[in-house]
Amino acid sequence: MGRVALDQVSKRFHDVVAVDALTLDVADEEFLVLLGPSGCGKSTALRMIAGLEDPTSGTITIGDRVVNDVEAKDRDIAMVFQSYALYPHMTVRKNIEFPLRSRKVPSAERATLVQEAAESLDLGEFLDRKPAQLSGGQRQRAALARAIVRRPQAFLMDEPLSNLDAKLRVQTRAELVELQRRLAATVIYVTHDQVEAMTMGHRIAVLDHGVLQQVGPPQAVYAKPANLFVARFIGSPPMNTVTGHIDRVDGELVAHVPGGGLPVPVELAKAIEAAAADEVVIGVRPEALRFTDSNGGGNVGIPATVSVVESLGHERHVVCRLTDHQLVIVRQDAHDAAPAEGSTTLLQADVEGLHVFDAESGARIGD
Amino acid sequence: MSADVAPLPAAHVPAADARAAETRALHRRKVWGKVGRYALLTVLAIIVLFPIYITIVNSLLKPVDITSRPPKLFPTDPQFGSYQDAWNAGHMGTYLKNSFIVTFLITVGQVLTAILAGYAFAFLQFPFKRVLFVVFLATLMVPFEVTIVTNVSTISDLGLYNSYAGLAVPFLATGFGAFLMRQAFLTLPHELRDAAALDGYGHWRFLWRVAVPLARPAVAALTVFAFLAAWNQYLWPLLITKDDELRTVQIGLKQLQQTSIDQINITFAGAIIAVVPLVILLLFFQKQLVRGLTAGAVKG
Amino acid sequence: MAASGVALTPARKRLRRRERGLGYLLLIPSLLVFGVFVFWPLVHNAYLGFYRNPPFPGLPSTYVGFDQYKDVLTSQTFVDSVKTTFLFAVLTVPVGIAAGLALAILAHQQLKGIGIYRTFFSSTVATSVAVAAVIFGTLMNPSVGLLPWLGLTTNPTVLQNPDWALIAVAVVTVWQTLGLTFILMASGLQGVPDELYEAARVDGAGPWSRFWHVTLPMMSPTIFFAVVIGTIFAFQSFGQIDILTQGGPLKKTNVLTYFIYDTLQRQSDPGKAAVLAVALFLLTLILALAQIWLLERRVSYER
Repeated sequence: MGRVALDQVSKRFHDVVAVDALTLDVADEEFLVLLGPSGCGKSTALRMIAGLEDPTSGTITIGDRVVNDVEAKDRDIAMVFQSYALYPHMTVRKNIEFPLRSRKVPSAERATLVQEAAESLDLGEFLDRKPAQLSGGQRQRAALARAIVRRPQAFLMDEPLSNLDAKLRVQTRAELVELQRRLAATVIYVTHDQVEAMTMGHRIAVLDHGVLQQVGPPQAVYAKPANLFVARFIGSPPMNTVTGHIDRVDGELVAHVPGGGLPVPVELAKAIEAAAADEVVIGVRPEALRFTDSNGGGNVGIPATVSVVESLGHERHVVCRLTDHQLVIVRQDAHDAAPAEGSTTLLQADVEGLHVFDAESGARIGD
Repeated sequence: MSADVAPLPAAHVPAADARAAETRALHRRKVWGKVGRYALLTVLAIIVLFPIYITIVNSLLKPVDITSRPPKLFPTDPQFGSYQDAWNAGHMGTYLKNSFIVTFLITVGQVLTAILAGYAFAFLQFPFKRVLFVVFLATLMVPFEVTIVTNVSTISDLGLYNSYAGLAVPFLATGFGAFLMRQAFLTLPHELRDAAALDGYGHWRFLWRVAVPLARPAVAALTVFAFLAAWNQYLWPLLITKDDELRTVQIGLKQLQQTSIDQINITFAGAIIAVVPLVILLLFFQKQLVRGLTAGAVKG
Repeated sequence: MAASGVALTPARKRLRRRERGLGYLLLIPSLLVFGVFVFWPLVHNAYLGFYRNPPFPGLPSTYVGFDQYKDVLTSQTFVDSVKTTFLFAVLTVPVGIAAGLALAILAHQQLKGIGIYRTFFSSTVATSVAVAAVIFGTLMNPSVGLLPWLGLTTNPTVLQNPDWALIAVAVVTVWQTLGLTFILMASGLQGVPDELYEAARVDGAGPWSRFWHVTLPMMSPTIFFAVVIGTIFAFQSFGQIDILTQGGPLKKTNVLTYFIYDTLQRQSDPGKAAVLAVALFLLTLILALAQIWLLERRVSYER
């Protein structure tokens, strides 16, 4: 029912391609996040689904019908805008009621629906206020109430949390997810914040310059990024990426980075051989690195100098410099022993924490 | 459907079934909708422009052609002589010169006094500042007609009747201009004044070296606005000038119409001459005009 | 204002005094002009009303106190003139604003080349009252004008027709101010956030509903400004009357401003003219205040 499908959808503005042959299938009751930096086309894609922009090519399907030529109001979708777009001169009640009036819903029914929507978002006592008299969070809930009052097939949200302050954002994130589960609704959610994407979505679709980079559940996108862009975009602190090359040492494959090397697991080794890439980029997430003594662990390790130790209370980010001055960040738990700033050390990585990318294409090598 | 209508939007994904036909029908409707919109816009534009268009056309026709029926809508044999006549015998050249001089005087006067007053209100402290500002704004409420009786005699007593000075002097200051400049100066960051003071800039130098250059958009808007208002003045020049030598373009045009009653082409040529300077001004300064207009509207 | 806790040294006092002096100095040019040409005439004008002018020039005018005010303000010509002025405002202000707003909305569409239309619609801003009056006066001329030929004429001809003259002058005025009104409305329209229109589209509102629920409320400050300023300007219209109808026919276009001019120039009666001017001032002021009081509460200012 609430399925949304994009098939080779493109949008071109003069000579700029905002969205490039996007193919995406959003299942009913799924919370899909469109993630990417500003200008990547995610908002454009959302607006095409809404019917506010016409695609240059491709088909958009909502439910079981193609909606390319269907007007926004007939697509049975609701949209929550970044600035909420509440009608400033109407009370909250009238704002929520507005979509029902356009559809000629009889007034008794309207009143009930508005009341239900308002109560489900804790807005009961604000119904007779105007938007200017509400706080940011309340306005956001009013915009949501207006969206849910029609019980549409799908909800489209364009960075709804970005105008809230940080603390409110965390709280509202959870409330939005709860709401989606409660309504069993399909939600397509646009954001540039990867924390929101990771915590809220059933699946994340990462876009860059209009091109879909990867789509999958948060854990999958995190653990196995399809290319360098995704690898660097998702995760905070971001994945450490260093150019290097792969060599055979004593029959084993070793990933060489400035100053040292890391052992390559067997499965990955096979893929690397098959790919036969000239130059590679080695990626290791900060939590996959650990410090060792210069003596232990043999000669496989990467020498580094500790530059800055950032303590965040529950964890620690240690910024180190490799022998060629490239920066690498290591994540530690608070109870691990903290290295001293300025000291030299050896870095080792979890064997499963090694990612290898083709230096030219950025594509992931391995499964 | 003809092929020379606006081009259809880029083809959607073609599907070899009934949906394709429906899609094409919808596109056809969209295109006709666009054509309809352009048609409406064009009709309205014609209605708005028609008087000016006819004036230009008629200014280039011979008087006998103007009265011919059906009317000629395009000058196949343009007669530019009417412009010459309007300029010389019709004195439009003199009138134009007078308007430029008087408008220049008024514009410069208004802009200068507005800058001075606006700066005082924005950056200086002195007793009764608020009262004085209200006084400035109050001048906007006094309609011109209340002042004409007295002003005519004041100007005569000063010996300025029938002179450029008499035309310009009563308008050398404006409450609106002071308001506009005060707003503009107030948007400049305070720290700028402090930094300048530390650098040893007195108020006068700060005003002309820093404040005015930074407030240039407002100054430009005020200039355009003052120019427009001064150029279009009618009642005052009517009352205060007697000699044809001193008439401004607005009164001069009225005069021209009365003296060229049979030669409509000359009258119309005069009207076009009166319009051209403003057209040129507005072509270059449309943005500033908008800013001046909306200065009041946005704040309400 | 002294910063608390900082003693005013003699040097600082001198600086403060100098700044004060400079403040007044900068205001003097404007205040001089205002004093001589705005405030003094205002006072003097009221005073002039107390003196009735003699029927023959050269004789002294007599002090009559408020009698002249009473006589003039109760005279039929005055009452008619006020009615005419109001009627003129009613004919020009709403029509002008509606036309400007309609054109602004049409010119707000995302069509290619819409900029040209915007220039066309603002073109009358280059016309003055005199230019417009001369053009239309000629167009409406019964013997040589184009409009009679198009059938747009009455009997007697429009500008000499007591029933139609004021309407004709109103049409000329609306046309001449259309450019200005258009520019004002168009820039007000730009201040309406696109997202509100998009939300309305998604909510199912058609074009009329969007106009009523988004455009009008968001434009209300601009429209309010246009109504107040437009009324003030309508009350001060003069040039077009002077060129087209000179207050006639049968005084049907004798708006207050023309009445004042006529009384001053033709009848050489400054006393009476002064009374009329005071009436015009008070009328304009009261009307503006009434509009502000009545209408501003319905204006929704976005905070």
